[in-house]
Amino acid sequence: MLRTALLLPVLGLMAGAAGAAPVTVVTSFPKDMTDPFKAAFEAAQSDHTLEIVNRNTNAGVSFLQETRGSNTTDIFWASAPDAFEVLKNDGLLAPIEPNREGIPDEIGGYPMNDPEGHYFGFAASGYGIMYNTRYIEANDLPVPAEWEDLMAPEMNGHVAMSSPSRSGTTHLTVETVLQGDGWDEGWAKWKWIAGNMNTVTERSFGVPEAVNSGAAGYGIVIDFFGLSSKATGFPVELVYPSVTAIVPANVGMVANAPNPEGAAAFVDFVLSPEGQQVLLEPAIMRLPVNEAVYADAPEGFPNPFAEDFAPDAIAFDVDKSGARYNLVNSLFDVMITYRLNELREAVAAVQAAEAAHPEGANPQAQALIDEARALIEATPITEEQAADPAFAGVFTIVRDAEDVEVVGRQAEVERDWDAAVVANYARARELADQAAALN
Amino acid sequence: MTVTTVSIRPRLPRLSRPSALAVIGILIAAFLMMFLILPVIQVIYVAFLDPRSGALTLDNFSDFFASPLFRESFWNSLYVAAMSVVFATLIALPLAYLTTRFDFAGSAVIQSLGIIPLIMPPFVGAVAMQLLFGRNGTVNLLLNDWFGFKIPFMEGLNGVIFVESIHYFPFILINLSASLRNIDRSMEEAAQNLGASGMRLFRRIVFPLAMPGYIAGAALVFIKVFDDLGTPLMLNVKAMLAPQAYMRITGVGINDPMGYVISFILIAFSVLSLWLSFLVMRGRDYATVQKGGGGLARRQLSPWERVAAWVVILVILGLVLAPHIGLMLLSFGTIWSFSPLPDAFTLKHYGTVFSQAGQYITNTLLYAGGAALIDILIGTAVAYIVLRTGLPGRRWLDYLSTAALAVPGVVLGIGYLRMFHGVHLPGVGPLASWWVMIMIALAIRRLPYALRACMAALQQVSLSLEEAAENLGASKARSIRRIVVPLMTGGILAGFVTSFATAAVELSATIMLVSGERDAPLSYGIYLFMQSPSGRGAGAALGIIAVIIVALATYISQRVIERDSHLRGARPTGSH
Repeated sequence: MLRTALLLPVLGLMAGAAGAAPVTVVTSFPKDMTDPFKAAFEAAQSDHTLEIVNRNTNAGVSFLQETRGSNTTDIFWASAPDAFEVLKNDGLLAPIEPNREGIPDEIGGYPMNDPEGHYFGFAASGYGIMYNTRYIEANDLPVPAEWEDLMAPEMNGHVAMSSPSRSGTTHLTVETVLQGDGWDEGWAKWKWIAGNMNTVTERSFGVPEAVNSGAAGYGIVIDFFGLSSKATGFPVELVYPSVTAIVPANVGMVANAPNPEGAAAFVDFVLSPEGQQVLLEPAIMRLPVNEAVYADAPEGFPNPFAEDFAPDAIAFDVDKSGARYNLVNSLFDVMITYRLNELREAVAAVQAAEAAHPEGANPQAQALIDEARALIEATPITEEQAADPAFAGVFTIVRDAEDVEVVGRQAEVERDWDAAVVANYARARELADQAAALN
Repeated sequence: MTVTTVSIRPRLPRLSRPSALAVIGILIAAFLMMFLILPVIQVIYVAFLDPRSGALTLDNFSDFFASPLFRESFWNSLYVAAMSVVFATLIALPLAYLTTRFDFAGSAVIQSLGIIPLIMPPFVGAVAMQLLFGRNGTVNLLLNDWFGFKIPFMEGLNGVIFVESIHYFPFILINLSASLRNIDRSMEEAAQNLGASGMRLFRRIVFPLAMPGYIAGAALVFIKVFDDLGTPLMLNVKAMLAPQAYMRITGVGINDPMGYVISFILIAFSVLSLWLSFLVMRGRDYATVQKGGGGLARRQLSPWERVAAWVVILVILGLVLAPHIGLMLLSFGTIWSFSPLPDAFTLKHYGTVFSQAGQYITNTLLYAGGAALIDILIGTAVAYIVLRTGLPGRRWLDYLSTAALAVPGVVLGIGYLRMFHGVHLPGVGPLASWWVMIMIALAIRRLPYALRACMAALQQVSLSLEEAAENLGASKARSIRRIVVPLMTGGILAGFVTSFATAAVELSATIMLVSGERDAPLSYGIYLFMQSPSGRGAGAALGIIAVIIVALATYISQRVIERDSHLRGARPTGSH
């Protein structure tokens, strides 16, 4: 028994080497999605087989970086556009020219493809709020419609979200609100929402998991998490706020791919109407980027090409987002992820003070509350500073000599921010408590 | 392997210890160098570099100590690790005592089920815990309905302590039980003849003699919890060292050296804790000469005592096995959301995984079994070299092996890719994607468990038994083979079981090294399913399969120990 077990993998390797070269795909997508694509691709292209290697996005990027010397991967296939951006900058993606008939360059203001052809969006996803119907019924909570609804005091302790440094799609949502509302307003909004959170999950799938289990009532998620949860039978619903980010999930060919023809065939297939059709399966539920495919979509399937889809969508500024990418991640973690307890306490104190003195009934209390709110909302750096290469450069990878003089090491900068943020939250809580104690 | 013994003077063996052991020691050192030290150095050396200029610097370390967040994380990790040892001891001590001191039908149950908490399948384990103990889990929903309050089991540092204690107490249970079984009955009889009994006998004689096992287990719990990543991540506690390191290492496109600084500090601190546990043990002799008397005398319980013992055991087992009961419900449930139990039950998840499970199971048995085998071979050899020879630098074999506890799996995985991917073996391809590397990575990660168990076992074997064998003409190799290793059997098996059980559900290094589904173990299969909402039940079903496999393996080795000690116990004692 054990000897057979020992031999089997060896034989498997030899058999694999003898057959036709498969297309090796490193992907973060779940089995529910890769299996139907594999079946459809192999049916359509009988001379190619697909070999799926599943790794989460981080592990996939590291894998390609570490194995570049003797690359064995043909395709990288994942959601987060930033992961592709990292790979492209490292020279790990090969530019190709697939057949993209029927696919626009942008949807809702968000670019779908890399302009230099290193990677291509094959499915769009919107961001939304997913909620557990049993949960909100049992706790007598409202159905949300907009991001602002998550800031209400009655939501305290019921919201879940991932961190932008952990999830590229979450990053886009954070950035969308920052661009849509402006730097200061946007951060303020995130902090009031975060004050109501019961958790900042370590991976993006942690959010639908929490809402599906009923550990959290509301989750800020990419739409297919909500849609496929509902399709699986969980008592959840998804709403799109009027400001949503439209995020492409991408596919790209790895540089020096061992099987370039197979890789190109796979990219073509994924972008073709046949491939796009696969996205409509209930367990996948991603939005095709080819408008024609929506003709076959089931009733109620969201259509990002429709006029009433996310009417207030902003024109997303990719360059601005890219320049401060790591800085925004770091700032979010310092102000929210790592100091969630302190933030929650401060927000709860303000909410309590406001409940005690509704609508500025007591001017003295209102003054204290306003001061507390301002302290919670304060950001350690301004938008101009964030755009300054001397600051943004602190958070970039480049290790060789650079002409830009940066202001310090990341750890030093984060330490200063942390000190300011912790002091602000503590003071805000104090002021709010004082306000609440007034009568 | 022939070994020549030059010296026959038993108390002066150090200088003349045969060179075969030195060769083995060097081979083990080379193995650790190749598969642990070099790969890890390849990754964490950036802790010592200025991120911009690439020059050597210690700035990153002063940044660490200057940061309030990191200092707070450090104290939190320390607090959680210490408290977890306390609570794990409270759980393990009564179980170990009952099973080794009394003739009691529950013993086999405890010894087999006691290992199960170690097998927490990735992701699904967390979901099951949340569904039971989370803020809207079964317990809290019922409490809220009946009494109108909730208990925050899974919140903050106390939540981490709660989960870590019920997760890792088996380290203490297994090692302490192995030690208790090894105590010479005559010690106990002597104490009884002198009038000691009951708690006094236990406190003054039995427990002190079992110290090697207890310290081994407690040190493992402490270091493991201090370095543990899974539980804080599952509870979303960020202000601890291991999650801070992980989050800074695995962010896409970020290259913050602080993650590697923290890894380095975790490793250094683990070695330091181990050294401290040596200081505690130093200068004490736990060995007893007489072996094979079947351990302590077992007493019959009176009917009332029996009832009380069962109550204690069922309460503890109910608590520590709750996550697995939750996992079972999850694997048979349809939809389970904001309710005390799943809406309905079904077998379809097992149907879903059935077709693939065979491959996963074969791979898991192969990898975890192979890894555990490597671990006990190295563990026994290192224990012998450290405790019985005067080879220079021998303690470092122990420190280095144990440092593996503090190496995040992702760091080891990246290190392997960096070292071995460029190496091509004929017929295999890149060395890093060869399944044997997964086995070696697992062996390295789980080596500390087996090593601690082997060390504890050897500490209880008196040197004079070996010397007696050698005086009677046995060669060194023969006396090790015929006297030392058989007397260590209990500890070695305890090491095998812990390594095997925990390797069977490892994911973080595996996920970097698996090169396709063909080579995937169960934990990877669980990961695949747990990426989508519809895969939750199927992932839980695979988790249950992993638990059953490990429980079966444990039960079988348990039977082997029992039979073995029974056979030896049947011989006339005192015949050496």
